[in-house]
Amino acid sequence: MTQLPESQQKVKFYQTGTLTVGNRLLDEEHRNVQATMDRSNSLDSGHRACQGCGEALGARFAIDAAIRATGNQLIAANATGCLEVFTTPYPETAWSIPWIHSLFGNAAAVASGIAAAMKAKGREEVRVIAQGGDGGTTDIGFGCLSGTFDRNDDVLYICYNNQAYMNTGVQRSSATPGAARTATTMPVGAEPGNAFNTGKSVPLIAMAHNIPYVATASVHDLHDLEMKVTKAMGVHGARYIEVFVPCPLGWGSKPGDTVKIARMAVESGMYPLFEAADGELTGVTKIRRRIPVDDYLKQQRRFAHVFKPNNAHQLEQLRAIAAHNIKRFDLLARDGEEL
Amino acid sequence: MSDKVVVQTKPFAITLDVGSSLLNKTGTWRTERPVYLDRLPPCNHACPAGENIQAWLGYAEEGDYEAAWRKIMDDNPLPATMGRVCYHACEGACNRTQLDQAVGINSVERFLGDQALRYGWQMDAGEPTGKKAMIVGAGPAGLSCAYHLRRYGHDVTIFDSSPKAGGMIRYGIPKYRMPREKLNAEIERIQAMGVKIELNTRVDDIQAIRERNGFDSVFIAIGAQSAKHIEIESDESIPMLDAVQVLRNSEIEEPTGLRGRVVVYGGGNTAIDVGRTAIRLGAIEVTVIVLESRAKMPAHEFEVKEALEEGVRIVDLRAVRKIEGNTLTLERMVDSADQWPQPSGQFETFEADVMVQALGQNVETGLLDGIPGVVVEGGIVQVDHCMMTGTDGFFAGGDMVPSQRTVTTSIGHGKKAARSMDSWLRKEKCLPVEKHELASFDKLNTWYYSDAPRTIRPMLDVVRRQSGFAEVVGNLDEGNAQYEARRCMSCGNCFECDNCYGVCPDNSVTKLGPGKRFEFKYDYCKGCAICATECPCGAIKMVPEDI
Amino acid sequence: MLKQIEGSHAVAEAVGLCRPQVISAYPITPQTHIVEDLGTMVKAGKIENCEFLLVESEFGALSACIGSSAAGARSYTATASQGMLFMMEAVYNASGMSLPIVMTVGNRAIGAPINIWNDWGDSMSARDAGWIQLFVEDNQQAVDVHIQAFKLAEELCLPVMVCMDGFILTHSYSQVDMPEQGQVDQFLPPFEPRQVLDPAAPLSMGAMVGPEAFTEVRFLAHHKQREALDLIPRHAAEFQSIMGRDSGGLIKEFDCAGAETVIVTMGSVIGTMKEVLAGMREEGHSIGALTIRSFRPFPSEALIEALKDAKRIIVFEKCLAVGMGGIVSMNVRMALQDFPLHVHSVIGGLGGRPITRKNLRRLFEKGLNDQLQETHFHDIDMEIVNRELEREKEQRQSGSIAENILHDVGVVAAAKTI
Repeated sequence: MTQLPESQQKVKFYQTGTLTVGNRLLDEEHRNVQATMDRSNSLDSGHRACQGCGEALGARFAIDAAIRATGNQLIAANATGCLEVFTTPYPETAWSIPWIHSLFGNAAAVASGIAAAMKAKGREEVRVIAQGGDGGTTDIGFGCLSGTFDRNDDVLYICYNNQAYMNTGVQRSSATPGAARTATTMPVGAEPGNAFNTGKSVPLIAMAHNIPYVATASVHDLHDLEMKVTKAMGVHGARYIEVFVPCPLGWGSKPGDTVKIARMAVESGMYPLFEAADGELTGVTKIRRRIPVDDYLKQQRRFAHVFKPNNAHQLEQLRAIAAHNIKRFDLLARDGEEL
Repeated sequence: MSDKVVVQTKPFAITLDVGSSLLNKTGTWRTERPVYLDRLPPCNHACPAGENIQAWLGYAEEGDYEAAWRKIMDDNPLPATMGRVCYHACEGACNRTQLDQAVGINSVERFLGDQALRYGWQMDAGEPTGKKAMIVGAGPAGLSCAYHLRRYGHDVTIFDSSPKAGGMIRYGIPKYRMPREKLNAEIERIQAMGVKIELNTRVDDIQAIRERNGFDSVFIAIGAQSAKHIEIESDESIPMLDAVQVLRNSEIEEPTGLRGRVVVYGGGNTAIDVGRTAIRLGAIEVTVIVLESRAKMPAHEFEVKEALEEGVRIVDLRAVRKIEGNTLTLERMVDSADQWPQPSGQFETFEADVMVQALGQNVETGLLDGIPGVVVEGGIVQVDHCMMTGTDGFFAGGDMVPSQRTVTTSIGHGKKAARSMDSWLRKEKCLPVEKHELASFDKLNTWYYSDAPRTIRPMLDVVRRQSGFAEVVGNLDEGNAQYEARRCMSCGNCFECDNCYGVCPDNSVTKLGPGKRFEFKYDYCKGCAICATECPCGAIKMVPEDI
Repeated sequence: MLKQIEGSHAVAEAVGLCRPQVISAYPITPQTHIVEDLGTMVKAGKIENCEFLLVESEFGALSACIGSSAAGARSYTATASQGMLFMMEAVYNASGMSLPIVMTVGNRAIGAPINIWNDWGDSMSARDAGWIQLFVEDNQQAVDVHIQAFKLAEELCLPVMVCMDGFILTHSYSQVDMPEQGQVDQFLPPFEPRQVLDPAAPLSMGAMVGPEAFTEVRFLAHHKQREALDLIPRHAAEFQSIMGRDSGGLIKEFDCAGAETVIVTMGSVIGTMKEVLAGMREEGHSIGALTIRSFRPFPSEALIEALKDAKRIIVFEKCLAVGMGGIVSMNVRMALQDFPLHVHSVIGGLGGRPITRKNLRRLFEKGLNDQLQETHFHDIDMEIVNRELEREKEQRQSGSIAENILHDVGVVAAAKTI
């Protein structure tokens, strides 16, 4: 074994594969953006997100990574929703990038327009991101989103998925999972919470557009998330990344557990992380330490009712969904496979 | 456009200038605030010598071995020695045992100790104080105390009745476990700091020597050298030896009396040492007879394992009742859950040519007779929390005071006594050292410690294949020592992983730069506690705000 | 250069002369020919440095323009009818964000019942959306006003709708004097945005504004529209100095001065009216006409100036505020409220009902004889209406149990006699 270069030895890291934000045995250019002292802080302090907001975290992670990938040549269009409301209430904005909010359902189209403007002005080095929550993406913004994909416009659309309309007070969206309590799917009746066998997977729908890049990411795995954003910014055309962002308010979880819950969602198989290029699945992020689905659900009051004896069938269904994800996306590492 | 009619300003309220959110001090939302703290890592907590293991592993991780060694030397003057003979309670306490396996602290310490000897790293004595200290006993406690006193700048003289310094390290631990050239070199390094060692000098009257030489204070650490004996009915058909004498004779190359079929009676490390020594000296058959069950015998498991590998037999749950015509009569004992083994009334015989008793040692307290104020209870010298006896300026430590009687404990006693003595010499009050709260496993978020990459694993496995004392297996080298050190999780102490800095949704952590850790921006911190939850090593805690 | 050309094609060429940088297109009758032609021109390289976006909906069309305009590109789209309604959220948004987008509206009725023919229901649905709304009378105006619209939009930072009657203008061939590129370039400088999304100077556009500033924001929007009342005539004058043509402006009078009766209208119908009115004036009637070219901002002062000496105003409009009456007339009445004028409201041409010289003549004669109702429906077949009303009346009486019972006990009848 050869000795590591002197510069790398000086790094305090605890094992080469460490999953912490910083501390990696990597060249500067491959380090996490969030570990750098001069990171862009695209979404700065003073915003009005709730304590422990996963979306605020996910947005800074993603946009900072995109800023690095583009050399700070970035413009973002934002759908109406929490992210918009908590970042730009007059007279304060928390964004440090050129940013526009137009409407709830048109972020993708606005971004397409910006990209077209940049092309027309001969400034194609300026890259465009559209972003929004799951409601603004999977429901009301879906038409525009599909249009952007269809035209293969040079836009990266990032959906911060917290699985319901949080800004309006936690109502069901087409990204709300089965059994989950929302203000419009209350845990009453024989099938409490959101109905099973409803909803849609926009990442898979995005793949069906044969766009160059689609990925899912989670706020708990910064290395994976930044890698995907960087990869997305490395290609042109329409790209889609969905970031899993727990919402303490809407999910009934502890603000301090936001990252932990995201980790549990992925490690239980409830939220598969994968990548696709040109319509084909190209990779999955394997589960590192598999945990029971129940452990994930127990962190959240929105699923509290599934642990009542009468609702055991719902718990079974949720477990089955995780098992199905694990099988479908081949999420478990094989013996000897390096993670 | 020269005739522009409209002033080019941004639309009121709808378009905003960047940076304006900083006016909104969201820190007012907080009900709990995160604070950085240092918790006591379990390895440090468990180390009888009080080493700051985590700190020196930290330097080793960076490949700065000399800094790592110097950090050890703050507490322990004999790293190459302790890296071999220490029973490494640290590794037993290591939080990593709950994840995979303990960090090979002992191996890294040995490596660092050897590096120091290889490169001749030296420690300096402190500025002379003009104070003189007398130490009786050149064992680990005495050497440790002398070393630390020199670092404080005091003049130190050690008196020892043996021909060589080292005490039980030399005369009680066989060569195969502790190569003498390493021990000698580490003692010489202490001498090079100006510690005087008067060998072959038996001290009978401490007070007289103290007055004659003008010693300001005394540290006595003569150990527990007198073997315990139990009376066994014997026709004296076979010799009855004691372990202390056997090991001492082995060291000074006098006949040990070990020959033929050797029986060692006792279940501690000394019994195992004698057994393994007997194997090396060519005994035909070596059997260690143990009163307790294998599981409960006091000897360390890894030592027992090595002894077995070397051919030592262990017969447990037996008491030796009688010796007659080269035959031992053994009574089977019955193990019981929490009681001492009980006689069963069943007997068997066992043939032997020599028997060694290894049933512990007593302190020879005669030296202390007539010193007013010194209290001896149950054959053990009583000391206060500063290692001082009832006599002012008269300190004691090592195996002769209440302790676990390990080399490491003695090293710790020497350090503690030196610190107390230094305070006493400077007429300051000796205060107990405050300890941080323990960084227990539940304080960690172990998700962030990943498995080592495949390419590194074989090198880490070396550590685990390596037995506690076996020199034959070889040491770590510069490459794998660093990787082993990097397995440390830095329990309880920030290692600048950037997690808090990264996971704050409110960007309210300031990174201060390498070695400087982080600061919270309480103007903006909403107190969500993600940083505390995601801190891998438990170096952040949430404290309620006064509202 | 004089051309015999379809209205849509003329507009496309005019827009092309304005050097648009982003055009978004979604097909809706009767605007389709405009975007088809623009698409061809972009593809053929006749419009340089222009992106032509084929969007998935009208909502997407205007949304893309919002993005491109905010990013500093001269942006254009066209719509009509249902499309306008589908994009309505973005219509309000574009003006709220002060984005100088130009949009052609090929005016068409709004369903249900679905109807592809001309009236102003679509533009009127957006009359309070904060856009400037310019109505054109013919295809020359359409060409000229589009060119002026970009200049106006960009100077004011407001979006502009150019409203042209569907089919009547969009699909009709007529002679148009198409400006030269050099003339347009002289009139219309390159777009210099007041606010722009640019990494070199980041800003946040589209903030949430609460009660503390919303009124002020709205006042400023109103104020800015009022500024256009000065700017529009100034631009028309500047345009005339370059092109030698009187185009645009706030209003246009046709033998209005001194006339006792003045017909006020918008759009293409003035063409037919002018012929009818000319005949009536020859017969000695004191009657003139006036078109409102800028409906938003509404040119109240210009109208007062032109109409204050008239005795009778007949507003002819192709739109209806259901349950209220005429929309344009409402605005005219408000402008003239301090003057003792009778303002008649005539609703005509809805859903493409032909407006002929003959029926206009009949209408105007009724007006001169004070035979018009407060809200008069032009060329309406009351026989059909009455038949239907009768039928409904019968059905209603037999349908509502409660009312039938009341009838039985005489309550309703008693009430009706009061």
